[in-house]
Amino acid sequence: MPQIIDLCATSDIELEDVIRVDREGQSFAVYHAPGGKFYVTSGLCTHEAVHLAGGLVMGHIIECPKHNGRFDYRTGEAKGVPACVNLRIFPVTLAGGRVTIALS
Amino acid sequence: MPGIVIIGAGKAGASAALALRQGGYTGAVTLLGAEPHAPYDRPPLSKAALLEAEPPSPAWVLTPEQAAAQNISLRRGAEVTSIAAPARRVHLADGTTLAYSKLLLATGATPRQLPGAEGVLYLRNYEDALALRTRLAPQSHVAIIGGGFIGLELAAAARQRGAAVTLVESAPRVLMRGVPAAVAAVIAARHAQAGVNLLPGVVIARIARAGAQHHLHLADGRIITADLVIAGIGAAPETRLAAAAGLALDNGIAVDEGLRTSDPHIYAAGDCCAFPHPLFGGRRIRLEAWRNAQDQGEAVAQTMLGGTQPFQAVPWFWSDQYDLCLQVTGLAEPDAPTIARHLPDGTVLHFQCDAQGRLIAAAAAGGMRLGKEIRLAGMLIAQRAHPSPAALAAPDVPLKSLLIPMATADASSS
Repeated sequence: MPQIIDLCATSDIELEDVIRVDREGQSFAVYHAPGGKFYVTSGLCTHEAVHLAGGLVMGHIIECPKHNGRFDYRTGEAKGVPACVNLRIFPVTLAGGRVTIALS
Repeated sequence: MPGIVIIGAGKAGASAALALRQGGYTGAVTLLGAEPHAPYDRPPLSKAALLEAEPPSPAWVLTPEQAAAQNISLRRGAEVTSIAAPARRVHLADGTTLAYSKLLLATGATPRQLPGAEGVLYLRNYEDALALRTRLAPQSHVAIIGGGFIGLELAAAARQRGAAVTLVESAPRVLMRGVPAAVAAVIAARHAQAGVNLLPGVVIARIARAGAQHHLHLADGRIITADLVIAGIGAAPETRLAAAAGLALDNGIAVDEGLRTSDPHIYAAGDCCAFPHPLFGGRRIRLEAWRNAQDQGEAVAQTMLGGTQPFQAVPWFWSDQYDLCLQVTGLAEPDAPTIARHLPDGTVLHFQCDAQGRLIAAAAAGGMRLGKEIRLAGMLIAQRAHPSPAALAAPDVPLKSLLIPMATADASSS
């Protein structure tokens, strides 16, 4: 049975931005995409373990603040060197203005 | 029909080889590397490679398996001795020749050497880093010559390994080339805090060996005794093959804005080439940086495939020292005034504008979050923006709000 984790309010994140949320011993990056959808990935860059919440969101790309590795945060796919390992992604449910994910 | 030959299997060469395939090129691609290794990233050599407990493997850019999967003929330990440009052939040290339809020079740069100094170590390749690792012992005294990126990163690594460090720089301050004084001061203070003996404005008269030790005789009469001397005094573009082939040189292999050399079938990219930058009035510059090598490799592949876009990526450099992140975007004037923006974590971002008020550079040393601000500053520079000094200085005005809105929301194809 997957565990439902409440991460934040939808109003906590500006449009085209990202925040860091730590829950259950894990760190997440929560994104508010242009157009209004929300996405969640694991928080650390797969290159040198820097938190992506300090990075820049451009459209559907998150860019790591340290060495500019890029990912599509909708799919987790690494899109630009030095990042070459994909991010883990978590399916998002919105309910009552809250962003939640299911952790299995 | 002969294919494309790339001389130099570093970041620029490997990036170009991959981009040729991604661009749809189906002819032969031969990537010639003088080193015995597949292409690897050099930035970790002055950082993680010196600090990790066990000698790490190189950080591969293109493994032999990946090269094979892309049908890239990767030849390691392949030294080119000359280019016969009129015949479109390269000659290799093993006596073979290779014909090309197009040739890319991605020959990199070589550390400048101290004349007449014996036993001084330098850092460029993986073997250099392995040699340094074994010598950076706790309790040893390391003298580092040069207060640029390499010298300072080595100083940080040596301190973290427990060595005593003296760093000598002939210029009045560290990071004179391309980093504003206020940002260099943050870096210098962090090194002083870590116990590095920083000696800027000091000229070395000579270096003498005394058994296992070295004596650095300074021009002011002081003598520094060290177990190990490392020099990081800049790098010279590797232009030997280009010069012998009669290509135009100008502080590197001279290329146009499409990275074409003076020979219509030969191109150059990365540390070895000097190119006119459209964002800086066509001023010819040469960059020794990981991002530039990556970007120019991709750009030159597009030109070789018939593209006509000029190369105009905004210069971007980073360095990691201790817990500090240093980033510079654009072309900073070392002593020009800066506009300061104070970030919430205490980091200060410094901007420089030209006489017309156009943003030309931004730099900062501090916490990781500066990366996002530096990236936005780079986007403003690319847009040739003229932000007001008041807006740049105001932390409550997001840099993102100063950008000219883009036509599409998705920047993933940029």
